[in-house]
Amino acid sequence: MDWEYFLELLLGGLTRGSIYALIALGYTMVYGIIELINFAHGEIYMIGAFTALIVASVLNYAGMNHVAVAILAMVAAIIYSCAYGFAIEKIAYKPLRNAPRLSALISAIGMSLFLQNYVLLAQTPDFLPFPSLIPDFDFWEPYAHIISSQEIAILATTVSVMILLTVMIKFTIIGKAMRATAQDRIMAALVGVDINRVISVTFVVGSATAAIGGVLIASHVGQINFYIGFIAGIKAFVAAVLGGIGSIPGAVLGSLVLGWTESFFTGYISSDYEDVFAFLFLVLILIFRPSGILGRSETQKV
Amino acid sequence: MNVRGELKKSFQISAWFMFLTFPILVIRVNTVENVIEWRWYNMAIVGVSTFLGSALWRYLLSVKEKSQRINAASPGNMTSFQKAFSDKRFFYPALFILIGFVISFPFLFSMYQANIMITALIYVMLGLGLNIVVGLAGLLDLGYVAFYAVGAYSYGLLNFHFGLGFWTTLPIAAILAALAGILLGYPVLRLRGDYLAIVTLGFGEIIRLVLENWGEFSHGPSGIANIPRPSLLGIDMTLTQNTIFTYFVMIGLVLFTIFVVNRLQNSRIGRAWIALREDEIACQAMGIDRTRTKLTAFALGATWAGMGGVVFAAKTTFINPASFTIWESVIILCIVVLGGMGSILGVISGALVLTLLPEYLRAFSEYRMLIFGIMLVSMMVFRPEGIIRNVRRTYTFSKE
Amino acid sequence: MKQSKKWIKGMVLAFMAAIFMFSGSMSWAEDGTIKLGVAGAHSGDLASYGIPSVNAAKLVVKEINANGGVLGKQVELLVEDDACKPEIATNTATKLVSQGVNVVMGHICSGATKAALGIYKDSNIICMSPSATNPALTQSGDYPNFYRTIASDDAQAKLDVDFALNVLKLNKIAVIHDKGDYGKGFAEFAKKFLEESGKAEVVLYEGITPGAVDYSAVVQKIKRSDAQAVIFGGYHPEASKIVTQMRKKRMDTIFISDDGVKDDTFIKVAGEYAQGVYASGPKDSSKNPLNIKAVNAHKEEFKSDPGAFYENAYSAVLAILNAIEKAGSTDYAAVSKALKTEWVETPIGKIKFDERGDAIGAGFSVYQVKDGKYAEVK
Repeated sequence: MDWEYFLELLLGGLTRGSIYALIALGYTMVYGIIELINFAHGEIYMIGAFTALIVASVLNYAGMNHVAVAILAMVAAIIYSCAYGFAIEKIAYKPLRNAPRLSALISAIGMSLFLQNYVLLAQTPDFLPFPSLIPDFDFWEPYAHIISSQEIAILATTVSVMILLTVMIKFTIIGKAMRATAQDRIMAALVGVDINRVISVTFVVGSATAAIGGVLIASHVGQINFYIGFIAGIKAFVAAVLGGIGSIPGAVLGSLVLGWTESFFTGYISSDYEDVFAFLFLVLILIFRPSGILGRSETQKV
Repeated sequence: MNVRGELKKSFQISAWFMFLTFPILVIRVNTVENVIEWRWYNMAIVGVSTFLGSALWRYLLSVKEKSQRINAASPGNMTSFQKAFSDKRFFYPALFILIGFVISFPFLFSMYQANIMITALIYVMLGLGLNIVVGLAGLLDLGYVAFYAVGAYSYGLLNFHFGLGFWTTLPIAAILAALAGILLGYPVLRLRGDYLAIVTLGFGEIIRLVLENWGEFSHGPSGIANIPRPSLLGIDMTLTQNTIFTYFVMIGLVLFTIFVVNRLQNSRIGRAWIALREDEIACQAMGIDRTRTKLTAFALGATWAGMGGVVFAAKTTFINPASFTIWESVIILCIVVLGGMGSILGVISGALVLTLLPEYLRAFSEYRMLIFGIMLVSMMVFRPEGIIRNVRRTYTFSKE
Repeated sequence: MKQSKKWIKGMVLAFMAAIFMFSGSMSWAEDGTIKLGVAGAHSGDLASYGIPSVNAAKLVVKEINANGGVLGKQVELLVEDDACKPEIATNTATKLVSQGVNVVMGHICSGATKAALGIYKDSNIICMSPSATNPALTQSGDYPNFYRTIASDDAQAKLDVDFALNVLKLNKIAVIHDKGDYGKGFAEFAKKFLEESGKAEVVLYEGITPGAVDYSAVVQKIKRSDAQAVIFGGYHPEASKIVTQMRKKRMDTIFISDDGVKDDTFIKVAGEYAQGVYASGPKDSSKNPLNIKAVNAHKEEFKSDPGAFYENAYSAVLAILNAIEKAGSTDYAAVSKALKTEWVETPIGKIKFDERGDAIGAGFSVYQVKDGKYAEVK
């Protein structure tokens, strides 16, 4: 066996998996609280990337130093993505909280369509080059062909975001409120949890992770257009389901499994059927574990 | 109403939106040319329109809440529209007008109108088919387009290789699609809710990707061209005549669909689907075979998609995998939910609205998908149960 | 009770009226003008390929109308969107036919063009595309009413393969495509020509998933196959990702591609990594005075550089209107004859059309990225 080739594929799959994970985390959080497939999540990721691009270009134009530009662009992306997440929830999902679940799903689809076309019309239908906000460090140069500094940044961010979110949900007051809301919304309200606030916070936190993902991934890929959110969103959603939707470590594990599946399948068989295989793998896992790898299997009640 | 409070609220919302849309609407960067364009006028537009829009939004929400309270007081109420339909004195004249309109439609209007009406009718059929799976059996299917593709490719390939005609292929495609439905149904029997949704989504994508990659079988992404239009006893028809003929074929197929779906809904199997949707475990406890019920739902739902696919292939005369993306499934699902799940009339109106609207919005060209998105959201916010709400069968007990 | 019935009646009447109004016939006959249909993707993710053709048509028609029109008649533009989808393209085509178009410039994508052509054929309308490159459109003989101002995929693949074999003298080549109509068509021809030549071995033939976040696995595979060059069929967003990742992995594999990649955006996105990439594209006509005039007109009117297929669309409109002028009418047979016999000066050179509908005089050449610009390889 060709070990070097194997390791390269392993690393490639790891990067790809971490990219999916950054988007899947937000998906899974929102789903955990209100059981809604937030189709517009991919769009928030796209808006985060666009905001960063706009802010970075304006600041670069003003001649600011590179590190400051990167930090400010990231901050602006997070603020705006959170604002969008917050507004979307208030407009499109809150009025539908007691409506049939499919209605909320259609509303989410409508929102996704709206945001895509909003960016298309306000900006451009073309691909735009995205500046590499994370520089290639000189001291890392000898190893850059194995794994670039941007890929390391993505890996590190994924791990830290996952840890932060887990800590937040396990140990803080708001985390406790989130878990309560997820279990039983009415009961949580009865014992004094401000549900509207908890749901808003969930959307804001989910959007913040999407924004971080948006900036890192866009600067890794080097180009963005209005459609990137939809494509990445579908894959991230598959990953979240694979890991067990609603579970934070599940989202990361599912993403990594999906990333590796695609990478090894492409490497050893053929990339023609890469996605076919990824979906078949998903079906296979769900047949044996119907609630995903780390999902809790719920007891059915009548 | 507290006018000052409302004004203040509108003002806050408008300020919030001006902040929200600032970077994307006001600044346009072009990193290819390195130019930055400032468009402050957009901010003013957003400010004014959200100021008015938010007032309207809140007013409509309060109206909706009021009507909900009234509805809650008397459940099982039919809408005035449905009442009209159950009133015979009114129903028959309306029906005659409708029949007259439907028959004269292609002669009154241009070929273009007839053509988009054919598209709309195909979607009526697809919507009714998916309604069996989603509306009646309660199985969220995001890969319905796969069966549509099976139908379209059955006609395309059978015609290409064996020269089979439209009418021979129609039943074959229906059977093939039903088989595909069972093929999908088997592995997903245990799954529920969103896990089912994602697997069906995957199934839809698998079918499309196979069609795209397996070039020897499906001609790959360049597709199959020159598929013949529907024929009538081998008579040569001009394009206009053929469009009119296809229109009537489609009217016939839709009527057939409505008839069958309506009969199914009230049959033993239809009741079993509804029971399955309401509660799976209770349904099993009542002695309903879950496996069989689910599989028939998938198979019967897929049948219509298969037939719709054949008409689609015949109408477009060209098919390639790009016509069968996940968006297509999403649109069909929107038809079912927007129209009113479980209601036949609802699904029909949903299909007409969602397929004709983008065509009539052509005047707005690039804005049409934007408007479409806004419409989906606001429809769902203000009428979450769909255009026409499904009336649940109620039995009243009278002592006479 | 009575009141509610009245109300219902009113509502249904309004409903019927709405249906009638909505579907109000759209075909108003307006004689005395020549109606030129422009169809293509003007919305959605492929809009950037369609909008330039609309701009081109507007500019040409504006100028011609200012100079007295064609055959003394004004030219009227009917612009319709097909979003590059075959199913919408048939609606677009029937709408144009119902509005009484005389000729059509479009559609943009090969699939949509194939779906629409049947309708134009039955209505005796000539259709000229600036960008549909699928070989079957002209070579199958199914579409006698079709013309195009761009060379077909196989011509381009032949050029790229000959270049790789005879100029670069390579013997191990990987062929990669984006699974799309255009990219896979190109790659299939490239593979066929390579195998027929017997001079080189196709060491890898793979389709990648467009829009994926990274292509490291495919890049690894290329590396392991020891290919000297990659021939890529597809568009620039995927090409720039692959090139960037190859160069970052310190591979100096030669990259040869099609005119979907011969776009300045590719160089901007791939930056320094674009250096040395080969791409074929329409013959360099930037020194052609008509071309300079066309580009300047766009800059003046729309305050931006023209986009993809602008010159081809500009040429197509000129060729169509010239043929109508020479034919003396918009009659199908007369215009077809004029298209095939009369030479016309256009931004892409002096062209006329062969029996199949391909432009004679519109060819391809190979370009290489040098110092952030595409330069023709002589």
